[in-house]
Amino acid sequence: MRLVMEKRSETPLWLMVVSPLIAVGLPVLAAIIMFTLLGKDPARALYVYFIDPISDSWGLQEVAVKATPLVLIALGLAVCYRANVWNIGAEGQFLLGAMAGGWLAVITHGSTQGPWLLPAMMMLGALAGACWALIPGVLRTRFGANEILTSLMLVYVAEYLLDYLVRGPWRDPGGFNMPQTVIFEPEAVLPLLMEGGRLNIGTPIMLVMVVAFAILMGRTLKGFEIRLVGEAPRAARFAGFSEKGLVLTVFAISGALAGLAGMLEAAGTVKQLQPGISPGYGFTAIIVAFLGRLNPVGCLVAGIFIAITFIGGENAQIMLRLPLDATRVLQGLLLFFVLACDSLLLYRFRFVREARA
Amino acid sequence: MDATQPLLLAEGITKRFGALAANDHVDLRVMPGEIHALLGENGAGKSTLVKIIYGLLRADAGRLLWQGRAFAAESPRAARRAGIGMVFQHFSLFDALTVAENVALSLDDAGTAKDVAGRLGDVSRAYGLPLEPAREVWRLSVGERQRVEIVRCLMQDPRLLILDEPTSVLTPQECEGLFETLARIRAEGRAVLYISHKLEEVRRICEAATILRGGRVVERCDPRQETAGSLARMMVGGDVPALRHDHMLAETPVRLAVSALSLPASDAHGIALRDVSLAVRQGEILGIAGVAGNGQDELFAAISGEVLSPSVAVAIDGVAMGQADINERRRKGAAFVPEERLGHAAAPRLRLTENALLSGHATNGFVAQGMVDRGRLRSFVDGVVRAFDVRKGPADPEARALSGGNLQKFVVGREIARKPGLLVVAQPTWGVDAGAAAIIRQALADLAEQGSAVLVISQDLDELLEIADRIAVMFVGRLSPAVPVTEASRESLGLLMGGAES
Repeated sequence: MRLVMEKRSETPLWLMVVSPLIAVGLPVLAAIIMFTLLGKDPARALYVYFIDPISDSWGLQEVAVKATPLVLIALGLAVCYRANVWNIGAEGQFLLGAMAGGWLAVITHGSTQGPWLLPAMMMLGALAGACWALIPGVLRTRFGANEILTSLMLVYVAEYLLDYLVRGPWRDPGGFNMPQTVIFEPEAVLPLLMEGGRLNIGTPIMLVMVVAFAILMGRTLKGFEIRLVGEAPRAARFAGFSEKGLVLTVFAISGALAGLAGMLEAAGTVKQLQPGISPGYGFTAIIVAFLGRLNPVGCLVAGIFIAITFIGGENAQIMLRLPLDATRVLQGLLLFFVLACDSLLLYRFRFVREARA
Repeated sequence: MDATQPLLLAEGITKRFGALAANDHVDLRVMPGEIHALLGENGAGKSTLVKIIYGLLRADAGRLLWQGRAFAAESPRAARRAGIGMVFQHFSLFDALTVAENVALSLDDAGTAKDVAGRLGDVSRAYGLPLEPAREVWRLSVGERQRVEIVRCLMQDPRLLILDEPTSVLTPQECEGLFETLARIRAEGRAVLYISHKLEEVRRICEAATILRGGRVVERCDPRQETAGSLARMMVGGDVPALRHDHMLAETPVRLAVSALSLPASDAHGIALRDVSLAVRQGEILGIAGVAGNGQDELFAAISGEVLSPSVAVAIDGVAMGQADINERRRKGAAFVPEERLGHAAAPRLRLTENALLSGHATNGFVAQGMVDRGRLRSFVDGVVRAFDVRKGPADPEARALSGGNLQKFVVGREIARKPGLLVVAQPTWGVDAGAAAIIRQALADLAEQGSAVLVISQDLDELLEIADRIAVMFVGRLSPAVPVTEASRESLGLLMGGAES
């Protein structure tokens, strides 16, 4: 007996549906094994991870708050990856967006501004993210530099830039020397959706973006161009599309979304700038994009799911005394199984008996 | 060795790929000292069978007897050790290495390149296959590369040599050289398993033939006793419609003019175009013949606009378009069908409707305000599918799910459906079965009859002699003057393909 991998000519619909379910089911199985080895009751651990966060209004709001930046970033990354452009520096673009939006909030601090302030902060955040993302874009199209390396390295530049700003020029004078800016004025903070809750207008903005991107990728010529360049570059040239132009476009789109997410996070949840403004949203969003099959609606579902594991992970630290690393392992397993299921979609696995000699 | 014992005997070979039986109880008997033709249309199962013999695939059922003993090659290496050599249609040579280095790399009992060079010289002289061991492969013509492959096989002293479509890349004169080599190989008692779809040459050089259709052996015959027509009927299982086309030689307006086009090679292994001029008139089919790799790809790219050229070098309907991109040329009425179906003409993992959008988004009204009109795309694809008899299974399958012939009918049909004023098509029937090829050639002839100009770039001289009104030949980036097909002979064209001055 021998195992052979054969390329499928057509992927059946049922597999497209079942494959992500397997991608979720297998890591849960792995999680059960892991929890057991750690000496925890797997049933209770799974409950704390996956059910507890969505069992009350507080949990649900937390999930939405976490999912918002993840989904926003993942939407842009999915566009990049569809075009075979490997932007993995969304974390840096997120921070630049937070800094650019936060800058406006910091310099207008203490004065009264009009309702133009928040839209301006959003525009600035998106613009800054896009510009930051265009650096690896230009390096690739002009000099052939590998965007995986350049975009990743710019994350560290962005982190230190933020670190410098909140310890230096933008430090809150009344902040006991803590590395953080002033708390933003109410005008520069995203309005809440309901009194006393945590949900702000970032979440509806994210939902609008999901719809917009679903239309962009599914119904427009631009979306077709993005998919074609990624799928068959030579055919894209035959269609008359410019690969260089497209590389820059998708970098700008994903940078703008990551920047917007960063600004929304700074002005919504954190309400100031500080070094720990992102718990790695830009990297986790890579998992979200792939788990969502690089599809906008898929990204929404995957973002919510990953957000649940985030909240569940925090719960588990408190209630089960599980380390944060356990959550990271769980998220890593998820990505691993998603990629494995991808092979399942593209290939057919068969056992064949040896031919009689 | 006993001359009455088959060298290779295959019995009941069966190989399935999913639901498809590529080989269904195939029997094959090759005698020593025999040139045995394996005939069949694309997808008939020829490649699968030889891959099983050569150890690249394993049969699901059936058995092989090699010199009377049970045999199943675990790998090509094992097959070579047993005495089976194979030359593939697509060569596996390293461009940057010399002939001797390439041969040394592939020999299982490898010596250094220097040791090999001596033996290589002996073998190449003995079989009339002249080669320079120290030359780098990228400098060689396609015919010379094939010689390297054949010599490499012969150096391992095989009893059976498998050749897959060996003459499809050769000029008529090079073919003659190959046939002489095969005669020497046969005279030594070695056998050749010869895959080809050129029936005239099979009739000339083969003394036995096994004909496959749909994975089954449908006929065994002595091709010398058959006609090309009777062999074709056995392969296809019916008659192939003859082409209806009246040659046109009128002084109609020129629709495509290429004038003194010179372009440097895009990379070290590319071909530079040198002073290429041609004119295609309304209502005519101009054929460009030539061995692959003599600048045809570069010429296609320059005419299509995938590579830009000086503005006046390419003119469509009298308008200089050398600097216009491919979509501007399409809007001017031009349509293009590149050689490579998957990856160039079509994106393998996109659906047929999306592949219709690929070449038609600028001209066919599929897009309004940036939004794709999916209804219009679907009805367009339905029209193409009906007009060209594209067999596609599900409603809107991915391009890679179609067989080569059906995809080719689709990519040709998608352009012709637009009624282009100018159609440029490379290898219109490459690797396509006889039925599909007949449909495509007829469509090209009909398009010309309706007043379009058609430029056909093809390596298949027989095809060009059938459909073209005038023929020009490409050789290392130069194009010979076009001659009316009525005045062209295979010999004169063959000399031009080999580089003789006209």
